[in-house]
Amino acid sequence: MNRRISNLFIASTVALLALIAMTTYWQVWARGSLEARQANVRMVYRDLAVDRGSIVTADGVVLAESTPGKLDGRTVYSRTYPEGGLAAQLVGYSSLLAGRSGLERSLDPELSGSTSDLAGIQNAFDRMKGDTVRGDDVILRLSAAGQQAAMDELENLQARGSVVVMDPSTGGLLVMASTPTFNPNTGLEKALADPASPLLNRATQGLYPPGSTFKVVTAASALDNEAVTVDQQFPGPACIQTGGQELCNFRGRAYGPHDFAYALVHSINTTFAEVGMTLGQEQLEDTMKDFGFFKRFPWDYPPEQTLPSGIFNRRGNLVPFDTPVDVARLAIGQERLLATPLQMAEVAVAVANGGQIVEPQPVQEVRAPDGSVVRRPQPVYLGRAMTTETAAILRQLMKDVVDDGTGAAANVAGLDVAGKTGTAETGKDGKNDAWFIGFAPAKAPRFAFAVLVENTDGTGGDVAAPIAASVLRALTEPAS
Amino acid sequence: MITERGMLDLPTRNRELGLIGLAVVITTAGFAAVQLARAQEFSSSPIIAALLFAFAYFAAHIVVRVVLPDADPYVLPITAVLTAIGLIEIYRISPQLARDQGIWMLLGLALFVGVVIAFRDIRRLEELKYTCGAVAVGLLLLTITLGASVNGARLWIRVGGLQIQPGEFAKILLVIFLAGYLRERREVLAAPTRRFLGIGIPALRHALPLLLLCGISLVLLVAMNDLGTSLLFFVIALAMIYIATGRLLYVGAGLGVFALGALGAVQLTSHVQSRIEGWLDPWAVEQTSGYQIAQSIYTIADGGVLGAGFGRGLILNDTGGTIIPYAQTDFIYSVIANEMGLVGAIAVILLYLLLSWRGFRIATAADDGFSKLLAAGLATAVAFQVFVIVGGVIRLLPLTGLTLPFVSYGGSSVTANFAIAGLLLCISQRANRERPL
Repeated sequence: MNRRISNLFIASTVALLALIAMTTYWQVWARGSLEARQANVRMVYRDLAVDRGSIVTADGVVLAESTPGKLDGRTVYSRTYPEGGLAAQLVGYSSLLAGRSGLERSLDPELSGSTSDLAGIQNAFDRMKGDTVRGDDVILRLSAAGQQAAMDELENLQARGSVVVMDPSTGGLLVMASTPTFNPNTGLEKALADPASPLLNRATQGLYPPGSTFKVVTAASALDNEAVTVDQQFPGPACIQTGGQELCNFRGRAYGPHDFAYALVHSINTTFAEVGMTLGQEQLEDTMKDFGFFKRFPWDYPPEQTLPSGIFNRRGNLVPFDTPVDVARLAIGQERLLATPLQMAEVAVAVANGGQIVEPQPVQEVRAPDGSVVRRPQPVYLGRAMTTETAAILRQLMKDVVDDGTGAAANVAGLDVAGKTGTAETGKDGKNDAWFIGFAPAKAPRFAFAVLVENTDGTGGDVAAPIAASVLRALTEPAS
Repeated sequence: MITERGMLDLPTRNRELGLIGLAVVITTAGFAAVQLARAQEFSSSPIIAALLFAFAYFAAHIVVRVVLPDADPYVLPITAVLTAIGLIEIYRISPQLARDQGIWMLLGLALFVGVVIAFRDIRRLEELKYTCGAVAVGLLLLTITLGASVNGARLWIRVGGLQIQPGEFAKILLVIFLAGYLRERREVLAAPTRRFLGIGIPALRHALPLLLLCGISLVLLVAMNDLGTSLLFFVIALAMIYIATGRLLYVGAGLGVFALGALGAVQLTSHVQSRIEGWLDPWAVEQTSGYQIAQSIYTIADGGVLGAGFGRGLILNDTGGTIIPYAQTDFIYSVIANEMGLVGAIAVILLYLLLSWRGFRIATAADDGFSKLLAAGLATAVAFQVFVIVGGVIRLLPLTGLTLPFVSYGGSSVTANFAIAGLLLCISQRANRERPL
């Protein structure tokens, strides 16, 4: 009997040693591959140990910050957005469930302290030890006052739309508003399901027919290529025939004889169609490329959230830039030409900045937890869109648009505004996409902007220009 | 006899006392470590808890010293260390649960003392074998009929505000019954009276209980929805039949019939099916039937070789619950592996190995069939239960609803296991006294 008891003990020993072997397998051999698994929620909790840096506007308003809490005896941080939807698409979100977007995504290495420099390596050790890692703070070029004004104006209209304001000489991004917005603190799931697509940054992902605002590009191309002179005379009929189809002025108006300058100020379609035909598609598209069309703007923002502007086919794909199109319609911003508000703001930047375009720059500086400056981005010039002379001519003409032409509503007392309106018919119920692009002050521009209101009854001059005025006022008025 | 020797002149008992002292030191250090790691959260003093622990075990030791002076000196200290590790990790999960567990430990030690006093002459128990068998069946029937389904398995009944797991007690009573029954019948079972296909088989009336056992185990499997419990009962019975008869044929035939029956029975129970699904490929069903096992493995792996340290692992989620559901009961081993690392996990398994070794050692030392069968049956029960539950949480076996003896949270489990410890000591007293080690 004792022999059998011993056998049973041996069997028990084998069984228990099998437990030790299997435990060893998990804790030693399989450990690394288990940590790499996406579904391993423990790794997500480990990420919570990062005290992610704040995102603050140039005027000191905190847009994103980390608030400490407790998880199983350790300090963890959750992300909060004190201003809610103020700059929700630009700032984006950093969420355990939804991942990251916007600046939270593009600036993640700095915000989470996981850069590849010495500080980042030190942080990697702390992270392994389970110690808190403190990320860098980011101070934006954004003006909370300007952003607030833009959001208020768009939301008062209950409109979907966007406002972009840049410092034309440095590319500093002063305002980037998009409506409808969402509350990144609470509303991510709701926002994902919302048919109005509040998560979409309409400034960089919204593609709209630029309408007459595109005439600035056509004018730049025509003047640079000597396809036209400022005082060249045009007949100004209500409609002309192009490619077997009629092309008419806004509201079918006939203007009579006038020069090219008058045609830009009063946005005469028939004249620009004629100029476009003289200019030719190749030269116009070359100029567009110089303005940044046909490719994504390279900037400190997730590439997948920055769409290129250009000519799109019926399936919504960007067509190669030499695909034959009706250049007369292209010249007045039609012909399935679509542009983002950011692209049209860059058009204004080019005029305001003596012909040069500059990379949009959201970041003023990145500061380490100890307050020292880690990075202060310098302006990045992306090349010349037109000659200085042409820029000077267009600057004057765009000032005339506000003084005498379609953009009168953008007039701000004491601020010399220059601009160009656009009213692109959407083809539905008489609704338009209303644009106003421009800069101020005209003589020494500090602000270059684009305003877009989707699907409105009004024109660019009626709807978009007043928004520009209001935002410019907020940007120039001292904080109250 | 006790009176012939001085109370202090008992080297066996002194060794026991010393080892209990060691267990108390481990307990105090463990509680203090958790307290230090989680200072902001807990307020109750770990010192008081450790003192209570020390006092309770000291009291149990005194009773053993008086009643069973020659009993095995290792069993009680091993249970002390296991209980302490359980208390510390449960305290780390929730101080409230740890207080309950502390009460269960006190009740368990009280039951231990009761068993020790009542059955200091273990032969008394043999007379109760049929009573034990009847009560065991009654408890199981009660579970099946009144049982509430917890986490899919029907292993619990509610009495007043308490949840009781009668299976834990039925298991011991079954071992007692089998020990008595097999001692009576072992000759007829071992010496078959007829041959069939060249294989000796016992008379039907002798084999009938065996066949009945297969049937009952399978019924339990379906009725309780738990593969682990039915497998445990069945394996204990087979092990004891093997010891009694020495016939591996019974073991093989029994396992074969059970396996076939289980294959069929599993088709009837979706709960067991999902457990098997989660076992075969937890990663494919990580958010559903594989969730617990996947979280368990992540938790174990996260511990590494040295562990996160008492109170320093990541066990609770952001709502204060445990990341692995049922971490304090079924998955306590995962928590131990996380915080104590591979080193601690191996130590815990080795403690069980030590405990079963003492059990089997007591069985070989015993000089009557009943004691041998009883001790070996109880040792098998502990070792196999550890194998099934730990095997479940480390994906060696499908997950089942068993507890880790002395460690898992739960009154039934803790008190029943202390009864096992008491029985083992009683058997060893008789054996050691007549034929000292």
